[in-house]
Amino acid sequence: MDLDALYQEIILDHYRSPHHAGLREPFESEVHHVNPTCGDEVTLRVHLAADGTVEDVSYAAEGCSISQASASVMTDLVIGRPLDAALETHAAFLELMQGKGQVVPDEDVLEDGIAFAGVAKFPARVKCALLSWMAFKDAALQAQGEPS
Amino acid sequence: MDGLLSDLEVIRKDFPILGRTVANDLPLVYLDSANTSQKPQVVIDAMVDHLENHNANIARAMHTLGAESTEAFEAARDKVAAFLNAPSRDEVIFTKNATEALNLVARTFPLGPGDRVVITEMEHHSNIVPWQLACERSGASLSWFGLTDDGQLDLSNIDSLLVPGVKVVALTWVSNMLGTINPVAEIARRAHEIGAVVVLDASQAAPQLPVDVQAVGADFVAFTGHKVVGPTGIGVLWGRTEALDALPPFLGGGEMIATVSMEKSTWAPIPHKFEAGTPPIVEAVGLGAAVEYLSHVGLDRIHAHEQAITRYLLDGLASVGGVSVLGPLDASLRGGAVSFELAGVHPHDVAQLLDSRGIAVRAGHHCAKPAHKRFGVQSTTRASSYLYTTPAEIDALIDGLEYTKSYFKVS
Repeated sequence: MDLDALYQEIILDHYRSPHHAGLREPFESEVHHVNPTCGDEVTLRVHLAADGTVEDVSYAAEGCSISQASASVMTDLVIGRPLDAALETHAAFLELMQGKGQVVPDEDVLEDGIAFAGVAKFPARVKCALLSWMAFKDAALQAQGEPS
Repeated sequence: MDGLLSDLEVIRKDFPILGRTVANDLPLVYLDSANTSQKPQVVIDAMVDHLENHNANIARAMHTLGAESTEAFEAARDKVAAFLNAPSRDEVIFTKNATEALNLVARTFPLGPGDRVVITEMEHHSNIVPWQLACERSGASLSWFGLTDDGQLDLSNIDSLLVPGVKVVALTWVSNMLGTINPVAEIARRAHEIGAVVVLDASQAAPQLPVDVQAVGADFVAFTGHKVVGPTGIGVLWGRTEALDALPPFLGGGEMIATVSMEKSTWAPIPHKFEAGTPPIVEAVGLGAAVEYLSHVGLDRIHAHEQAITRYLLDGLASVGGVSVLGPLDASLRGGAVSFELAGVHPHDVAQLLDSRGIAVRAGHHCAKPAHKRFGVQSTTRASSYLYTTPAEIDALIDGLEYTKSYFKVS
């Protein structure tokens, strides 16, 4: 088993120093997602600007290195971008994670997210990587329905 | 090392899976037996032989195979009754697992508004959720024993918890997360003084302690086959005859009736009253072989082995900086499941690193979220031994934890 394929240095860096961590205001929606098999959890807030830009994503997460690093990378990729583009990135990350290690990630789209390509080969860890991404999509769609 | 099974190497040869390798040809170090135990050849052979030579439905097939299958199924009941020192074989009900056994009692026990059910904060979810559902359905109220800081039941408020109106006291004999062995006979005695029935979850006790249902004085005892070197798909509910007779049926269907008309049915006597439909026949045969195997080795010897290994494990964990163990630190007070934290490394990552070295442990909340919350932790890593565990395997775990620390650069 290639542990280093799973624990890329980029992942460990994000785990040790997560970006955009903590819960902040203002926000239009807040969600709480859990991984019921292991207990990992994330509380995540989304703040959308009037023009549909993802102004902020803030979160409090408890979980393993993969889930923590994934939340950090996700916020880097979606904050400051139009919601439509952020959701396209979400779709690209989901495709990578569900690709059983067969999908070649596009670095222009996923940036540090390509480090998770190795996670896709570990079925037990795919949910860890997806936890915060799923929470973001849920919260973003809720926020979109709210008048800002 | 005192207490180790003298024939440990012979016993290990009984378990074919222990000979396999994982993770690039490393020997398997299986420390997840509280999750499920491995199976000895004699259990595998008993099940294969039944399927190859005796397979038929039971109690209804009027032919040679039907008679043989029925005999094998009922012989398994005799073996389980002997394993539990049950006064009557009819008190042994086969279920799907311990969860179904506990649900059987929680679903059928008569409760109403004003009644109380008492559980504990260290229960597995399977001995919490069925009682929450029973209370919601009936209007009864739920209360529980808390835990002390060292992971034992807090009995300081037993007088205010066990009061008239309490109809059921349901608790685990041995905690699957903290490892604690609870004073179940004493609690059963106190519960009976107020007229409550006592339901014991023996899922972790049955594999590693002599379980004598008469000595412990409970009314119901549940355990599962796959943790006592038997197969999955079968569990046991033992109940005192009068306690079982007092309950209505759980599932309706074939085999559990005396007679059926379109208007009304009457019930078969126990155990069949609680065994609707075709039961897990080959699984029962496997369970019978399993408990016979454990009895042959000797539960007293298995218990001594578990305590010796657990003491060695606790000493080893104490030598690793950053490790903190949840539950009693005295091996004589606990069973062979040890949950711990490693500072700076999440249990998932610990388990992943150990797996890369062929070491199987469990990471997560072990279906005991309230007990984790009590100690302010979200999840733990759990190493659990059994009669086939060697001191060398514990050494491999301790080495693996040091490797984990260096990999994640924590000191």
